Amino acid sequence: MKKTGDNYYDLLLEIQQVDFVIIELNLYLNTHPNDQAAIAQYNECVQRSIQLKRNFEALYGPLTSFGYSFSPTPWQWGKAPWPWQV
Amino acid sequence: MWIYEKKLQYPVRVSKCDVRMAKFLIEQYGGADGELAAALRYLNQRYTVPDKVIGLLNDIGTEELAHLEMIATMVYKLTKDATAEEMERCGLGAHYANHDKALFYGNAAGVPWTATYIQAKGDPIADLYEDIAAEEKARATYQWLINMTDDTDLKDSLSFLREREIVHSQRFREAVEILKEERERKKVF
Repeated sequence: MKKTGDNYYDLLLEIQQVDFVIIELNLYLNTHPNDQAAIAQYNECVQRSIQLKRNFEALYGPLTSFGYSFSPTPWQWGKAPWPWQV
Repeated sequence: MWIYEKKLQYPVRVSKCDVRMAKFLIEQYGGADGELAAALRYLNQRYTVPDKVIGLLNDIGTEELAHLEMIATMVYKLTKDATAEEMERCGLGAHYANHDKALFYGNAAGVPWTATYIQAKGDPIADLYEDIAAEEKARATYQWLINMTDDTDLKDSLSFLREREIVHSQRFREAVEILKEERERKKVF
């Protein structure tokens, strides 16, 4: 498991970009619940986000804990870097 | 229940150690119109607003926690290499005496955060108008902060946060309209 470097920042940025679209659509859909095109775009982005995160986690360790990501051995979650350190 | 994700919502980079700017940024960490106040305000109001707007308060409140982490990251990065002397010279001497470089919930003048910054009125229109005002005040604060730095990396992250205030304000305005519409419909039947 690598720390950072290589494509760390690029891959992270891709996740941040797609997750931004997800948050933006999420808030929008809270007040426009019948916009079918927005819902379709939301679901598409969720699919893309899952793929990007799976790829990122295989290289750099879990992005989430509490049962939302699988852990390699040894336990990776507590390992640096944390977001404010990169 | 909340799940933590080991990433910032938007990248935070700073070009240099800048204690002066860190002191000002703390306004958005623990100030009256800052991210802590915003997150706690919405996440507390959500229990007693009509079902139609709970999701919005829940999700914007959650996003504010991500913004709180971005501000914390800015302050951390801007001060981590500073000496005690630099902290003192840039107005953080009193902070250093009490906290070293640790972050603390206060405003730019060092006044600790207080729950009196926020309200929960039990009246959804009153609460949502407060929320709209809070977003507009935070937007203005971000503009003043952007005006005070020439660090292009920092300006980029601050601009992102300023834009989010505009979007949140817009969503809250729509929530007010949704509640007004519902109220009118109830009068008809």
